[in-house]
Parts: sequence; structure tokens; C-alpha cells
Amino acid sequence: MFYREAGQFKASYAADQAIYPIRQDKVGILILLLLAVVAVPLVAPTYWLNSIFIPFLIFSLAALGLNILTGYCGQLSLGTGGFMACGAFFSFKLTTAFPDVNIVIVFLLAGLGTALVGILFGLPSLRIKGFYLAVATLAAQFFLIWMFNKFDWWTNFSPSGVISAPPRDVIPGVTVTGSSATPEAKYLFLLVLVSLLALVAKNLVRSRTGRSWMAIRDMDIAAEIIGIRPMLAKLTAFAVSSFYIGIAGALWAFTYTGSVEALAFDINRSFEVLFMIIIGGLGSIMGSFMGAAFIVLLPIFLDQLPALLGITMSVELVAHLRFVIFGALIIFFLIVEPHGLARLWQLAKEKLRLWPFPY
Amino acid sequence: MNIRLVVICVVSALLAFPIIGFALQGLAALNPDTLFFAWDFYAEVMVKGLLQGVMYALVALGFVLIFKASGIFNFAQGAMVLFAALAMVGFMEAGLHWILAFLLAGGIMILVAVLIERVVLRPLVNQPHIILFMATIGIFFVLDGVGQTIWGSNVKAMDIGISQTPVAVFQGNLLPNGILLTPTEIIAAVVGALMVGVLAILFQYTKIGRALRAVADDHQAALSVGIPLKTIWTIVWSVAGLVALVAGVMWGSSLGVQFSLSLIALKALPVLILGGFTSIPGAIVGGLIIGASEQVGEVFVGPLVGGAIQDWFAYMLAMLVLLFRPQGLFGERIIERV
Repeated sequence: MFYREAGQFKASYAADQAIYPIRQDKVGILILLLLAVVAVPLVAPTYWLNSIFIPFLIFSLAALGLNILTGYCGQLSLGTGGFMACGAFFSFKLTTAFPDVNIVIVFLLAGLGTALVGILFGLPSLRIKGFYLAVATLAAQFFLIWMFNKFDWWTNFSPSGVISAPPRDVIPGVTVTGSSATPEAKYLFLLVLVSLLALVAKNLVRSRTGRSWMAIRDMDIAAEIIGIRPMLAKLTAFAVSSFYIGIAGALWAFTYTGSVEALAFDINRSFEVLFMIIIGGLGSIMGSFMGAAFIVLLPIFLDQLPALLGITMSVELVAHLRFVIFGALIIFFLIVEPHGLARLWQLAKEKLRLWPFPY
Repeated sequence: MNIRLVVICVVSALLAFPIIGFALQGLAALNPDTLFFAWDFYAEVMVKGLLQGVMYALVALGFVLIFKASGIFNFAQGAMVLFAALAMVGFMEAGLHWILAFLLAGGIMILVAVLIERVVLRPLVNQPHIILFMATIGIFFVLDGVGQTIWGSNVKAMDIGISQTPVAVFQGNLLPNGILLTPTEIIAAVVGALMVGVLAILFQYTKIGRALRAVADDHQAALSVGIPLKTIWTIVWSVAGLVALVAGVMWGSSLGVQFSLSLIALKALPVLILGGFTSIPGAIVGGLIIGASEQVGEVFVGPLVGGAIQDWFAYMLAMLVLLFRPQGLFGERIIERV
């Protein structure tokens, strides 16, 4: 009834190409952003900010990065954890070596460094495809973690192998990293950064580059025949994806946990991010956010569940049952909607267009 | 099967490390008794590695079976190994003889296979491979969780009457002290060889084997000549479950049955891509190459770069091989059509 596009005419190419062409969507996203900027920091308790919103934003960014590679370019990667570690350790080295450089620039530089590493480990993708490539990217995962764990140069020779984020200001007086930063400042900083990067990603996948990725994904040989250079397309996908994942890793270490060791970015992290994009929807920017929200919230919800139902269980049993439910839910989701939450959202919008009429 | 290739691979893998070691050490020690390192030590490490490789191959075999017949990359194979071992230990703790426990655990694995086909695979027919891959990760979590809920997460010993005292083998002029091996390792090697033989015969000469190969070739065509796809899938997953059980017994009796068993799947992956996803002999040859070069690399090259390179060495090796043979050593040639 209220979700109609009737009467909204597009009079310019710009209007036609808009990310949100329908007025209701524009208003909706504005309200959402306003809520995120104003209401969340005012209302949400510190616990929520620290353990829900901040990881959600960071994981969204990582999922966005992996989605560019896997969802848009079709190259399955299991090395996400390794690339996140790259971002974290690069930015740690950079910011301890040059304490005066603004932290945003440090993050961007760390992202660029990770992009280089991504290109290096993306090189086999020119010859290897499918699951062979997935297993080959595991080489990146294990090698990078081993490197950060083994050489204590990366941790500035800290005896425990743990890096602690030093406090850094984004603008003078506003500390966003380290233990002295307030959750609100961290949250707002992340919100701005992630929103901007998501906007860039959205426009990138609508551009010539993004279209060449999708052509490679859909059929690489056909794409090659119509004049898309597979090497350029695949390597740019690896570079852009690693850039995003690297920044996500840096944010994880600097704003979420505060101190981190290389083993925090083990293979489980890679799978977690892969789950996010599968459940959220492959090849969808929106889906990355939805998937991240789902995977971040699910364990918290499952932990609360026994208490909500009034059952007391041993901690060990809860942990095992959490495994079972998590796995079962993933299978359930794949069976019900293999194209992810983004597809469900799209279907809901189609329905909403006609509602309350049947057609 | 290209026999020449097998020979070249094995020989070059065996020779690669002495040559690298020789180059590294220079001609520092030309005394033939201690020619850059102790040869009996090298042989021992090598044999240990080869036997370790057979253990990897036991896990990799399960992957190959399922990939061959359904194109699914079954990430849950490691969890199946753990689950099978847990089930067997559970029955043994209930006071059953280990042979009886083995049979019962085998029955449970078949039941699991039927359930997986029914609940997971059937609703996901015709989905892209990546979706099925994700579903097997779901199975991984469920099996892990269920197994540990029922049988607990403590490390359990699996005692099937194999002694763990090392015995010396290959004693002779070249190796005065022989090579110390535990009976488990020897038995694992024998069992691995037997299993490859049995599976090869199953695939090559029986009616089921022919049906399996037909399904692997083309689902649609297999269906249209009257091969029951669902039954075939159940059979394949059951066989993979039984292979997992054998692997679980072997790994369990050398390491104890514990959660980390489900992670040996990660060790089997390089074996898999090195040998090729679709080749049963490839799994064994890949296992031998990976196992031997991993051990030798760890012992002789590892100290040069800080040690503990076992985690990634196998992956790097497999990746290098893939650059030259994208389908692995024995995998079917990937033919692409537009």
C-alpha cells in the first residue's frame, strides 16, 4: 500500500542509475542511517556496542571483501583469516613505526599492503579453478599465520606474541583505538568508515571493473572471448577483496579486541566470513551486512537460549549443542533459500509492492 | 594411468631433499659416512613420513570417493572420522569386543550416510557446488556437536590390541640400527594399501562400481539409463563413512580419540589436490609424497626458517604442483566447454 513506485518518474540518467531509485528506499536508508548514527550510541548499552554493533560492522566489512572475490568474481577463497591478520599486523607495524600518522591513513596503507599480498596469493587463480583454488588459498591462510606467529619482529618482539593496539586519534581529541577509547567513539568511527567503504564497493561493482568480474564469474572462457582480460579481472578482484579484508582485520585488532595474537585469525575466522556471505547472499552488498548480522547475533542468541527457556545445562553441553544448532541452521538455510537473506529481502519487497492485493 | 608419471613423481620426491640438502651444505663433508647428513637418519625420517602419508591418504580417500561420485567437496570427512572413532570407542567402553564395536560403528556410519542423503543432499539436488560444499560444513558442525554431546569430549584411548612399542625394521649393512616404527604405523600402511586395492576393484569390476563411475561422469545420463541416483549416493556416503571409520581407528589408536581428529581433514586437503580430486591411486601417491616431503622438510629445512613449517609446507608444495598440473597429478583433465 505504501511501497509503490507509481508516479515516480526518472527524468535524467543520473536518477535512473541511482543506487536507490525508489523514493521509499531512499527514505528508508536515511532513517536507518539516522538511527545508526543518533539512536544507537545514545540508547544502546555499552555491552551491546562492544559485543554486537562493533563486531557486526567489522565482520560486515570482511564479508563485503570476501563477497567481492567469491560472490562477484567467483573465486572461492578460504584465506580470509590470513588476510585479516595481514591487515592487523601491517597496521600495528606502521602505527608503531610512525606514531604521528593519522590512523585512517595507517589503515588504508595496511589495506594496500594486504592487497599486494592478495595479488601474490591470487596468482595461482590464473591457472587453478574451483575447489583446487579454494585449497590453494588455504596455503595463504596457514603460511601467513605461521609467519606472524613465528617472527616476533611483527609483534615488536613482544614475548607473548600478542599485539596491543596503541591509542590513536582520528581527529585530535577523539581516540578511536586502544583500551582508552570509548565504545561510542569506536562505534561511530567504524560506522563512518564502513559506510564509506560499502558505498565505494557498491559503485565499484556497478562499474566496468565490477561487470568484468561478474563476466568472469559467470563463464570465464566466454568472458575472455568477448575481450575481458581474465588476468586483470581476477587480480583486481583479489586486490580489492584483500584491501577490504585487510582493513577489517586491522579494525578487528585495533577497535574490537584491542589486543590480538596471530592465532585469533585462524581458519575458523575464514569459515565464519564464508558463512556470512553464503547466508547473506553471494554477489550482494546488502547480503554481506545481513549475513554478518546473522552470524554475529546467532551465537549470542544461542548462549541466551537455555536461560530463556529456563533450562539449566552444563557449560560443556551448551557448547556442543551450540555446534549442532549452528550446523543444522546452516543446512536449513541452504535448503530453504540457497541464495541467502538478500534474496529473501528482494522477495519481500516484490510482495510488498502488491500488498494488500494478490496481484 | 600413466605409470611413468608415478615413477617420476615418487623418484623425484625422494631425491629432491637430499639434493637440496646437499646444495645447502655445500661440499662441506665429503666423507661418505657422513655425506652432509646421516643417511640412516634420513631414511628413518623418510619412512616415518611415508607412513604418515598413508595415514593422510586414508582420510583423503573418503574425500575422493564422494567427489568422484557426486562432485561434492565433502568438508565433513574429518568430522566423520572423529564421529566414527567416537562411536567405536563408545561401544568399546560399554564392554564390547573391539571387532563387535567396529561392526556396530560401521552400522552407525551407514545410518549417518542414509540420513545425510535423505536430509541434506536430496533437498539440495541441482544446487551449485559451493552451496553443497557449505552444506557439508554444516554437517561438519552437526557431527562434531552430536558426537561430543553423546560421548563427551575427553581424550579417549583406543586400544585394539596393537602394541605401541617401536620395533626395528630394515636392519642391515646400510642401516645398522634399522628404523624404529610402531606396529600401528606398519598396520596402517598395510590397511591403506589393502583399502586402495579393494576400492579399485570395487570401482573397476563390480556392477555398483560401474554405476558409480557412470554417475560421476554425468548425473543426467546415468539417470536416463536407469541408475538410481539416490541409492548410489547413499552407497558412496556409506563407503566414505566406512573409510572414515578405518581412518578413525588408525588415527585413534596412535593419537587417542579427541576433537583434533576432525582437523586432520585439513592435512588431507593438500594430499587431495596433489593427487587429484578424482583419483583413488592419486590419494595414495599424493599422501606418500606429502607425508615424506613434509617430514623431511620439517626436519632438514625447517630449522633454517624457524621451524614448525609443517602447517603450511604441504599446501605450498601442492600449490606449486598445481601451477604445472591444474588438475593434480592424476586427476581427470579438466575440459571446458563454452
